[in-house]
Amino acid sequence: MNVVVCVKLVPDPNTPGQLDPETHWLRRDLADAVLDPGDEFGVEAGLRLAEAQGGEVKVVSMGPERAVDAVRKALAMGATKGVLVSDDGLRGADALTTARMLAAAIRREPYDLVITATESTDGYSGIVPQAIAELLGVPAVTFASDMSCDGTLLTTTRQTESGSETVVSELPCVLAVTAGVNEPRYPTLRGIMGVKSKPLERLTPADLGLDASVQVPAGQTVVSVAMARQREAGEVVRDDGDGARRIVDLLARLRVI
Amino acid sequence: MATGPVWVFAEVSDGRVAPGALELLTKARSLGAPDVEAVCLGPGAREAVAELGRHGASTVYISTDDAFAELLMGGPAADTLAPLITARKPDLILFPGTHDGRDVAGRLAAKLDLPVIANGLDIEAGATITVTSTIFGVTQVVRTEFGERRPALALFQPKAFAASALPAGPTPRTVEVPAVIEERHRRARVVDRATQVEAGPALEEATVVVSGGRGLQDPANFELLHEIADLLHGAVGASRAAVDAGWVPYSMQVGQTGKTVKPAVYIACGISGAMQHTVGMRGSQTIVAINRDPEAPIFKLADLGIVGDALTVLRQLRDELRSRSR
Repeated sequence: MNVVVCVKLVPDPNTPGQLDPETHWLRRDLADAVLDPGDEFGVEAGLRLAEAQGGEVKVVSMGPERAVDAVRKALAMGATKGVLVSDDGLRGADALTTARMLAAAIRREPYDLVITATESTDGYSGIVPQAIAELLGVPAVTFASDMSCDGTLLTTTRQTESGSETVVSELPCVLAVTAGVNEPRYPTLRGIMGVKSKPLERLTPADLGLDASVQVPAGQTVVSVAMARQREAGEVVRDDGDGARRIVDLLARLRVI
Repeated sequence: MATGPVWVFAEVSDGRVAPGALELLTKARSLGAPDVEAVCLGPGAREAVAELGRHGASTVYISTDDAFAELLMGGPAADTLAPLITARKPDLILFPGTHDGRDVAGRLAAKLDLPVIANGLDIEAGATITVTSTIFGVTQVVRTEFGERRPALALFQPKAFAASALPAGPTPRTVEVPAVIEERHRRARVVDRATQVEAGPALEEATVVVSGGRGLQDPANFELLHEIADLLHGAVGASRAAVDAGWVPYSMQVGQTGKTVKPAVYIACGISGAMQHTVGMRGSQTIVAINRDPEAPIFKLADLGIVGDALTVLRQLRDELRSRSR
């Protein structure tokens, strides 16, 4: 079973990124960048399915040259091959352009399953998995919290607003997994040492028969970026046995009780 | 102002119009569009028409085809909408940022090559259409303007707008549209559906939410939260950490990949306040946090922060509330 996992390099969520107020692009100089923590679940899910069924996991990413770090981390976890689509013309690319690049990179070789995170940790539009599926002409099961595969059919528990649904899908398909779906493995020393010997292909949009320049400016333009209004921190007190009392007083003032 | 019709993608679940549709219709009325219309697909669509009308839809396009419930919504909805868009030429389509809403918007954007903006908090339609959204865990606010390509697609966070019905809403025109269900969409089927039933008010609608995280130490301690929530006529929520640990079901999760809540009072118990959680609750009117760690980021948001053992404080709180309710 050939599994393709899409990964993204994102600003470390513990030190949120910033957009440059002039260019409206991510200030990569400021941010520590990591493999999106959400993607680690996707890589792990892919590795487990490939291990159970026999097969390989390929990772595909779009991003600046630096995104090679995200691909390498996935390779260290156990993926066998990496692909990075990179081009200056893709700076500031929107979700649809991202999906187009990823879909074009995916379809160059036969695949059974494409795995993504539900959304990226930085932009979290959540529309890339479905857009990839549409471009590939396959079903997409999103918000998957549990999955199993017999080699032909993928059975998934899909989270819904009110509970869950069980979805059975034929392969090939796109599977978007939620965070927490599994316990991602840590790369072993052997895994890290092995990264150098694994194939890592760098592609440009031109290699994929796509034009990066036509998409920027796309159907939308960022016109301003500002820091969000922060909540004012209130009173923080140590509980000296009167913590509950203080909460009750507040609830009474707010007329909740 | 919008020059063509503004559409709202309306969801129906368990025979009820999803609140997002009513919120978006209310907002759509203020965009100066010649027509505000709704699209509602699946069993129950016909029953939804009147309520969609009361919130401002002059026309509701419906299909009651069972396929929308038996298959995943994304592909079939996009295929059904595509010819309708070509025929009616809406300027803008508003989607709720729900699981299915995202699926449909993502499909449609790729299918028709349409611009899409997600996580919207507000929208203005002047000479151009501009959506305000947030990124990086609501730390930055971005305003994005749509270009000339239409229709523009915009997804909005739950509760971005308050829903309000018209005093005397006209009866909307109902237009039945043929469901376009391509064979490829039948390759994935919904074979079972489970609804998590919670006693008391729904998490998203409760005026008081009491949420627990890993700091509660044991899943059994969520019972204490339920007792307090009952006394306050509220609902119980949870952090992703508590859900990931298998303590409580996903339907209770508040945060980026869970529910967005804006109650009058939010009480975070044993929750550190990771960005992934705070995204879903920072809009609460008043926030109370109880945590052992004085450096926990949740205290930066709290109107009242109690540094201490959550279980001790919660037991006292329960007893105090009980004695008051007698």
